[in-house]
Amino acid sequence: MTVPLTHTSRMPAGPVVKGKLSRDDLIMRGGMMVIALYLVVTLALPLYAMLSKSFSTYRFELANYEFQVSDESGEFEGTILRASDLNASTGAYTATELSAGSDGRLGVTNFFPEFSFRSPVKYQIRNTVEDGRFLVGSTLHDGTEWVTLDSNTFRRVQLRPTKSTGVDNFVNYFSTPALFNSIKNSLWISVVSTIVTVTLAFWFAYALNRSCMRFKGLFRLIAMAPILVPSLLPGIALVYLFGNQGMLKELLFGASIYGPIGIVIGSIFFTFPHAFLIISTALAISDARLYEAATSLRATPWRTFWTVTIPGARYGLISAAFVVFNLVITDFGLPKVIGGQFNVLAVDIYKQVIGQQNFEMGAVVSVVLVVPAIFAFAIDRLVQSKQVAQLSARSVPYQPNPNPRTDRIFLIYCSLIGLFIVGLLAVCQFAALIKFWPYDLSLSLSNYQFDKMDGGGWGSYFNSIKLGLLTAVAGTSIVFFGAYLVEKSNGFKMGRSLFQMFAMLPMAIPGMVLGLAYIFFFNNPNNPLNPLYGTMAILVICSVTHFYTVSHLTAVTALKQMDREFESVSASLKQPTMKLFSRVTVPVCLPSVLDISIYLFVNAMTTVSAVVFLYSPKTTLASIAVLNMDDAGDIAPAAAMGMMIFYTNAAARLLHLLASKGVLQRTQAWRNR
Amino acid sequence: MTQTNPSGEPYLSIENLWKAFGTFLALKDISLEIIEGEFVCFLGPSGCGKTTLLRAIAGLDLQTKGRVLQDGKDVSNLPPSERDFGIVFQSYALFPNLTIEKNIAFGLENTGRKKPEIAARVNELLQLVGLPEQGKKYPAQLSGGQQQRIALARAIATNPGLLLLDEPLSALDAKVRVHLRHEIKELQRKLGVTTVMVTHDQEEALSMADRIVVMNQGVIEQVGTPTEIYRDPTTLFVADFIGEMNQINAVAGTSGRIKIGEAEMISRPHNFAAGTPIIAAIRPEDVIPHGDDALSPGLTDEISTQENAFEVTVDEMEFLGSFWRCRLASKRFGDTELIADFSINAVRRLELGEGKQMMIELPDDRLMAFDRNEATQ
Repeated sequence: MTVPLTHTSRMPAGPVVKGKLSRDDLIMRGGMMVIALYLVVTLALPLYAMLSKSFSTYRFELANYEFQVSDESGEFEGTILRASDLNASTGAYTATELSAGSDGRLGVTNFFPEFSFRSPVKYQIRNTVEDGRFLVGSTLHDGTEWVTLDSNTFRRVQLRPTKSTGVDNFVNYFSTPALFNSIKNSLWISVVSTIVTVTLAFWFAYALNRSCMRFKGLFRLIAMAPILVPSLLPGIALVYLFGNQGMLKELLFGASIYGPIGIVIGSIFFTFPHAFLIISTALAISDARLYEAATSLRATPWRTFWTVTIPGARYGLISAAFVVFNLVITDFGLPKVIGGQFNVLAVDIYKQVIGQQNFEMGAVVSVVLVVPAIFAFAIDRLVQSKQVAQLSARSVPYQPNPNPRTDRIFLIYCSLIGLFIVGLLAVCQFAALIKFWPYDLSLSLSNYQFDKMDGGGWGSYFNSIKLGLLTAVAGTSIVFFGAYLVEKSNGFKMGRSLFQMFAMLPMAIPGMVLGLAYIFFFNNPNNPLNPLYGTMAILVICSVTHFYTVSHLTAVTALKQMDREFESVSASLKQPTMKLFSRVTVPVCLPSVLDISIYLFVNAMTTVSAVVFLYSPKTTLASIAVLNMDDAGDIAPAAAMGMMIFYTNAAARLLHLLASKGVLQRTQAWRNR
Repeated sequence: MTQTNPSGEPYLSIENLWKAFGTFLALKDISLEIIEGEFVCFLGPSGCGKTTLLRAIAGLDLQTKGRVLQDGKDVSNLPPSERDFGIVFQSYALFPNLTIEKNIAFGLENTGRKKPEIAARVNELLQLVGLPEQGKKYPAQLSGGQQQRIALARAIATNPGLLLLDEPLSALDAKVRVHLRHEIKELQRKLGVTTVMVTHDQEEALSMADRIVVMNQGVIEQVGTPTEIYRDPTTLFVADFIGEMNQINAVAGTSGRIKIGEAEMISRPHNFAAGTPIIAAIRPEDVIPHGDDALSPGLTDEISTQENAFEVTVDEMEFLGSFWRCRLASKRFGDTELIADFSINAVRRLELGEGKQMMIELPDDRLMAFDRNEATQ
């Protein structure tokens, strides 16, 4: 087109206009920094601590210690004995015994076969290098001067390992078949669960969106029920159904429910609502005009299905598959309850840390688990970013036509799925009310006397409610405010995209990994935040961070629907942005705010993985109690507690529904024209 | 392309403004002065930089280089909250959960005004925009046009020195738009507030503005009153963008003459060297119709410039309500057809019809010459 030649089209050199920041800009940037700092402290630093832990190896460096032994009269003749030489000659410790954890200690009397603590012989010990470490009793010696000890004291000498950085832990991991077999196991059950769940959920969602069958509302409700219980609850139900004394044990024809079969069935149960929701959304936004075109071209229903329906829902299907995969591979509760001897990564972390106190190896398994989790997460994000704008403003929503035959088939299908879900829950409730399965089938409430069992009693139930409420309140405030700042502030592009990245990260981090990372970070006595360890606060922080991403995305979606120019108008009217935030943004987004809080509440009630490392005797939780009671063999009380969580969450959902309605009516009068 | 209006001091001065998005230059060396009380329209196709310029004036998106002075004060790097303007957006941006009253009062709060004072001002503004009695309603309960008037009331509530309108009428349907055009103009005249409006609708700009700034690809093509812009476009872009314009390949002759095909005609004075390829341009309504017997003097109205009159064939006629649009073919133009708008009266009087031969005249003061390079760029 036209550019008059009088104009130069090169910008002159010189400084660029730098905007003066308004008070609001400063407040918003400050707020963003605070929340970004929160994410750094509660996510990035713990993960870094974990990563460095996985590369830390501890070894007793015997070459760094020297001894002298006196004669009976206590005179030292001057022969210096090096610990490494002594070990070589006596064979006291093998090479594996010399690699240790950070807390490792090694006695020294084994180097002296003739040692007796009653003998008058005296011993001298020293480090040959500065910062070598040994203990006499509980006193640490790290200098190179000789320490003289009588034989009774000498037996209290313990060598401490030296820390070095390297991949030894990983080498160790991959040379232990018992450990790395778990990778194969985890991938195997995740892939199988994903294929089965996505297939089942697809047809369920298809029936609800594309048929005219009856009871759609009821089925939708049932499909969402598993979200309200901890993932280990279906495990307990399966034990009752197919366990050693199970009601339907014969149906397995001798196969054991403890292992992959149980994990896969349980995984289908607890991942079903997630897959269903995603696929249902994908199917709901299909364009009726495509179907009209297909019909007018006389395509068979089969052809229409493969050329219109499946391509339209393909992003939903892929996304659902990766979400399910991620949920299964990172889940800890279910394989813990029903996995038997079948090892998976998430349980390995628990076993290494809680069972063997081998924190370094726990960190290694965590790193191994993060790899597929991040991979699945990245693909899911990629797919979701491609899904935008599939539906244009001119699309016409699809309206299914009644078809008695297919409607009946779908009704039967959905009833079977519904039976599966309700059935497992009913079994749990039934188990909770039976006095002593299978010997005394009379009904009783004795299983609800949690105070008589392991796991913290009713206190843990109330702790869970407290955790849920605190997480909902604190989490919603932090997440929504953070999302507002990052969505609506001006300039500061670098900081904002960095913030977005941090907000997405929690979804990729499995709960077990986060919990373990918290141990490394917060339990470090040098950390000023150390007092948080073992309190309710750390459980709240951990839960908020663990469930940050989905909440953040919900908030961002709501905020994106707000007019971009509200902030501009407010600024032109010289009103503080925070006034706009409290008077307009929050009230208009209230439905989403409530959604975020119920999401956080329900998840805090059901989560096991992250908090299993962080609870203290004072802050036991209901979901953990289920795990511990099951571990202790009190399966019926575990089921009872699991169902308490279910009813609480169901009640919370109902309350949320009523509250939303009430709040909507009161504050959202503007929605009704 | 600075233009100073001699009748007043500039209220708003824009000096050598540049705006870069990465390597893309959205504004290239823009300079402009706007006097107090003036209604100025930024007009141009989408992507020409007009909204970018408005947002730079508001401080919503700072310019990369250059200065903005408002009321003698350098506001170049100030945030919007420290500048003095009210703004209305295409989306209205009314707060959906606040009543109309509270929307209008939003900017009046925290300014030291007492509650009854605010209420009185809100009422006054509702009167002013012609929507009394609607204060208790929510925005969604009003029509688009009413919402836009509320947005306007909110923007002028605090008596800002400058009113910025960003495509304020584009979201409305045609009838409401025409009506509101008039109302906004009236209101602006009554308040005397300096106003800048961005629009891509030439009709809107022509009917509302005191002065129009035509922009294209980040530069100002022309600044002038609506009649200047329409009658005397300085560039082919302006000529083409505003109104209809016939464009005919031609060659410059000696001053004031152009050659179309073989025929030489008299045009407006131009500075092209003889032999330069040019575009001859004339608006359809400026073509003067004569009967086929116009060559015999006395029978019909007189032809003023014999050189510019020639015979054409009416190829096609299209009835457009208040006039006829005719496509005229002539040997002189080869394949290019000339578009002419004839009044119903003229068509009846000359008994025009498709296929009919007729004389037309291209009046010399309406026949313009533009650089042909400009068109091919």
